[in-house]
Amino acid sequence: MINRLILPAVAAASLAGVAFAALSLTGAGATFPYPMYSKWFNEYNKLHPDIQINYQSRGSGAGIQQVTEGTVDFGASDGPMNDKQLATFKDKRGCEALHFPTVLGADVPTYNIPGVTADLNFTPAALAGIYLGKITKWNDPEIAKANPKVKLPSSDIVVVHRAEASGTTYIWVDYLSKVSPEWKEKVGVAAAVNWPTGLGGQGNEGVSGQVKQTEYAIGYVELIYAIQTKMPYGNVQNSSGNFVKADLASVTAAAAGAATNMPADFRVSITNAPGKNAYPISSFTWLLIPSHIADANKKKAILDFLHWMLGPGQKMTAALSYAELPKQVIAQEEKAISKIQ
Amino acid sequence: MATTPVVNEGALPPGRAQSFVRRLQAGEELAYLVTATAAATIFLITALILYELFSQSAVSRHTLGWSFLFTSTWDPVAGNFGALPFIYGTVVTSVLALLIAIPLGVGAAIFLAEMAPMGISNALTFLIELLAAVPSVIYGLLGIFVLIPILQRSVVPALKSVLGGLPIFHGTFYGVSVFSAGIVLAVMIVPFIISVSREVLLSVPNDQREGSLALGSTKWQTTWKVVVPFASTGITGSIFLALARALGETMAVTMVIGNTPQIKASLLAPGNSIASVIASQFAEATGDLYVSSLIELGLVLFGVTFVLNGLARIMIMTTGRKGAH
Repeated sequence: MINRLILPAVAAASLAGVAFAALSLTGAGATFPYPMYSKWFNEYNKLHPDIQINYQSRGSGAGIQQVTEGTVDFGASDGPMNDKQLATFKDKRGCEALHFPTVLGADVPTYNIPGVTADLNFTPAALAGIYLGKITKWNDPEIAKANPKVKLPSSDIVVVHRAEASGTTYIWVDYLSKVSPEWKEKVGVAAAVNWPTGLGGQGNEGVSGQVKQTEYAIGYVELIYAIQTKMPYGNVQNSSGNFVKADLASVTAAAAGAATNMPADFRVSITNAPGKNAYPISSFTWLLIPSHIADANKKKAILDFLHWMLGPGQKMTAALSYAELPKQVIAQEEKAISKIQ
Repeated sequence: MATTPVVNEGALPPGRAQSFVRRLQAGEELAYLVTATAAATIFLITALILYELFSQSAVSRHTLGWSFLFTSTWDPVAGNFGALPFIYGTVVTSVLALLIAIPLGVGAAIFLAEMAPMGISNALTFLIELLAAVPSVIYGLLGIFVLIPILQRSVVPALKSVLGGLPIFHGTFYGVSVFSAGIVLAVMIVPFIISVSREVLLSVPNDQREGSLALGSTKWQTTWKVVVPFASTGITGSIFLALARALGETMAVTMVIGNTPQIKASLLAPGNSIASVIASQFAEATGDLYVSSLIELGLVLFGVTFVLNGLARIMIMTTGRKGAH
């Protein structure tokens, strides 16, 4: 059904590309990196006017589905494909789906407690407890012990989460699953889950709006959204026991911490990553590229774009508030590009 | 009505073909063909939507069976899907919207058609029809930033102090709720009721009014006992058009309903609706059962709409007899 709906749009986009460029590539998927991708594809097109890359930001699920069906040249996702999805891909396409990390993102906890202006510290147990509905008051000992200087009210916590399925939620619940066995068992990890408690807001703006309007509320939003809208947000305790405020450096540090154990296929979750300064609720976002590309021109263009993205492309990330990839990961990806046949 | 449509002109004897051409020139056959095609297209589109929803929801229908309609868990991770909280949310918000919108809409239509000077009536109607053209995301934003603060500050505390004993006003009010969604929907559908009802009231023949006045009725008696019953079929139609709009509304509802799939007696609790969950989760849904369940929700919404449309027909048939026909 998705594909039937998308096809005309993709066809139209491809046609538009053909009119202006000799070669047109089409991709679809994650919305979180869309501003970055859009900038990259635009800049790349300036350097190579004969190559036009069209990207439909329709969500990670759609990206995985469309690249599996072969209706787009590449997909993009905020969560790596699981083993079952990879097997389906191999069945349908006769080759592997390769993951290439492009940039990094993070989720931050944001809250609205009248009278509290300081940045709050959150332990993993506090965040898991709040979202499981077990910690219901702001002055709960688990929150209070991490914030000895703050006078916390005894009010009920109003929990806010994303209403729609999203990569932001995936990162958040992936983190909660790692730090809380109870969360892993009861709720699990997905782009949308069966929330034990709380209200659903539509999009980052829905969650932040709900938090701003509701006293004693807590929610989570993407770091970029928090930076761009200048929202206050809390620090989270990482696996080394330090309370870290999310910023581009601490997110890249999380990726660097995880890079030492980077699997060859890049399908790695970097939530709760090791590292003194690593921000624990961070994640890669990936491009999904088939390991076999029949069209020689398309293959050449994709290879060239990947090299460019890992080189000059990474220099453009900070301007849009995305954290750049650590050097080790870039080096490993450069090698992996040769897997595309 | 004209004859059956002619499929193959060339196979006809010359005389009949000529008369067909003549009638074509006169517009009869052409009109028949064009209007029949238009009607058939609508039918085809509806049938196609129904067929697609049915066939694409096969996985969900086979795996979950009828329990889909009667269970309340929506767990994409474990693969448990139940539609009941969404059906409940859709029906309750729509009914609440109608309860507010019917008196408001029909009252306004009566005033505009029967009592207001024509100039004022036309100007107001123009403004009301503008309301119908406002995108639903705007209604959603107004709901979040204007309506909900008002509800939180004054309306809900007042309701609680007077009617707090009723279970429908129990519990903490977080702003987003079934109640807020119902009010936003009411504002969105009122223009449909006013606009259509006013037209219907205006089209009531004047001899009806004159007859009634001649028999000694007052102006209001004429309006209430003669004009409104005469127009009741059309007014009912406008109400069900509004209901259909309320049932299918997505964006404005999802912004103010709280998106929590639960069934609570209190209107002040957050809920969720069918259209809203489809819109929120479809793009990122992975896995056959998940996608298929969302499509089956679409089928359920089709069913709910179908049932209510049937009810509309029955009501029109019964109220039609009361009218002056």
